[in-house]
Amino acid sequence: MSSPAPGTLAPSARRLRALARAELTLLGRNRGVVFTALVVPLALPFSVRPALDQMDLRKQGISIGAAMLTAAIGFSLLFAVYTSLVNAYVARREELVLKRLRTGELSDPEILTGTALPAMTLGLAQALLLCAGCALLLDAGAPKAPYLTLLGLVAGLVLSAALAALTASFTRTVESGQVTALPLVFVSMIGSGIMFPTEVMPEKLASVCELLPLSPAIRLVRAGWTGQLSVSEALGTLATALAWTLVAVFAVRRWFRWEPRR
Amino acid sequence: MVERNLAKVEVASSSLVVRSMETPVIATGVFSLSRAALTFVMPSDDTAHCRPGPSAGILDVMHTHGHENVIEVTDLKRVYGGGFEAVRGITFSVARGEIFALLGTNGAGKTSTVELLEGLAAPAGGRVRVLGHDPYRERAAVRPRTGVMLQEGGFPAELTVAETARMWAGCTTGARPEAEVLELVGLADKHAVRVKQLSGGERRRLDLALALLGDPEVLFLDEPTTGLDAEGRRDTWALVRRLREAGTTVLLTTHYLEEAEDLADRLAILHEGRIAASGTPAEVTAGRPSRMSFELPDGWFLGDLPPLTDLGVCGHESDGRVVRLRTFELQRTATAVLLWAERAGVELRGLDVRSASLEEAFLGIAQEQGAAA
Repeated sequence: MSSPAPGTLAPSARRLRALARAELTLLGRNRGVVFTALVVPLALPFSVRPALDQMDLRKQGISIGAAMLTAAIGFSLLFAVYTSLVNAYVARREELVLKRLRTGELSDPEILTGTALPAMTLGLAQALLLCAGCALLLDAGAPKAPYLTLLGLVAGLVLSAALAALTASFTRTVESGQVTALPLVFVSMIGSGIMFPTEVMPEKLASVCELLPLSPAIRLVRAGWTGQLSVSEALGTLATALAWTLVAVFAVRRWFRWEPRR
Repeated sequence: MVERNLAKVEVASSSLVVRSMETPVIATGVFSLSRAALTFVMPSDDTAHCRPGPSAGILDVMHTHGHENVIEVTDLKRVYGGGFEAVRGITFSVARGEIFALLGTNGAGKTSTVELLEGLAAPAGGRVRVLGHDPYRERAAVRPRTGVMLQEGGFPAELTVAETARMWAGCTTGARPEAEVLELVGLADKHAVRVKQLSGGERRRLDLALALLGDPEVLFLDEPTTGLDAEGRRDTWALVRRLREAGTTVLLTTHYLEEAEDLADRLAILHEGRIAASGTPAEVTAGRPSRMSFELPDGWFLGDLPPLTDLGVCGHESDGRVVRLRTFELQRTATAVLLWAERAGVELRGLDVRSASLEEAFLGIAQEQGAAA
């Protein structure tokens, strides 16, 4: 687990590429996961549109397009990255693949990262496509602060992967993963501003919900579109995201299970 | 040096077949000396000496003297979460270029030990050094030089053989071409087959191929031939021998005794987390008595034979007809019994004469430990 010494970066990248390539092949062969990852983030935002229409979003300075885009990216983080990675980590552990990988030259962080790379790339590609699509088709207009959206995406992808590893730590089988992944999915959909912006919540509740794991990522993504985030707000949001990431990484290092329970 | 070439005498129907066992002589000068001394001090009329001789259970440091120890294990312990002590303080070393076998029944602690050597877990006590490094804490220093075959595959079911090998090659420093190692284990024609469609034996061979990808200096093989048919097993043995000739150090676990007897330069028998015996296969069996058994025809009894102590017999059992003798002087005992039978005109049915084997040692250890418990 030691940090890479100078000159080990190239082999490390080569190992990550090899593992990610295999994992991408596996992802492509798992139809259920591919369907969930590709279709759900595109379809679900339309199901929340009627609700969005009834909210007075204009007052918050949020266009329907921006709200739907945020929802789509949020669903992408939850379904293309988070749940599909819970599935991948648990499946590889139960197949003893993780144990086998640990007998080789890959470090523990490399194994977890390499396994996550395809899903994270998929999530990123999906988000960028959605951004482009929304800007062109849903009159969401061009983002006012695209770097915030990008920061939000990176934070969301990293945290989704880390939380997936954490969820996998206490998930015994691929089947039970469908249950253990639910709490974060529900809490994030409702509390982190994915289904509807937290701005429509009562202020107290909203300030609590801002502290949920995926809230910072969603807030940054939306702020990139609306441009409504002061520097200090942005920094505070980033700090929350960073804190969650550190907690998740620490918890994974402490509790991640590399082998099935006997 | 002659112990391993002892003639095996079999009686098939009425014809007597004497077959010389063409086993390779692994014993060294040092060993012959100790064996001779052992035989010399062994009184033939005392059944107490059917117990293992002094070489059993003592580490044979002489064989590793002057060589670099590639694996060093000192007072190693492993305790599982529930408090179960799987490994209870074992010590051994493996010299460069040796094949070392860990033998034991299921649950004896073989895999628990090997996993500590592979660096998959930290020991609860004691010390492991592989190529001079701690395999758990200094992973990066050890891994590029070792190859590991786990007891169970651990490959994604949906990848093909070639995809699996390519992935592993990408994670291995100085990997040989994947096709070359697949060819080596006879899987070249399966490269497009998904892992889930491979037979158990083919999966073992894929595992072996990947363990060999990085041209390792040290190879850990956890039950490499379990699930293989007889031919596959022989192929694997031949491959392991070729690796040793090329200088690879091999540590393997097995519960096939003939595998250890054929392959291993030295071995340790694990029983309930401890080393019950260790040394060369010949040394481990040296302290064990040889066996002779036969069936007496109607009207003849054990008492009709000459006094057993005069035959060099150190122990016997008989259910009336079938007689089983234990001896440290197999040639003397067998000659005397056969001469007696010829003079008395007795036909000995089911005649079986066998020198001490690992099986003997293995079963003996299990019994002794069971009796001691």
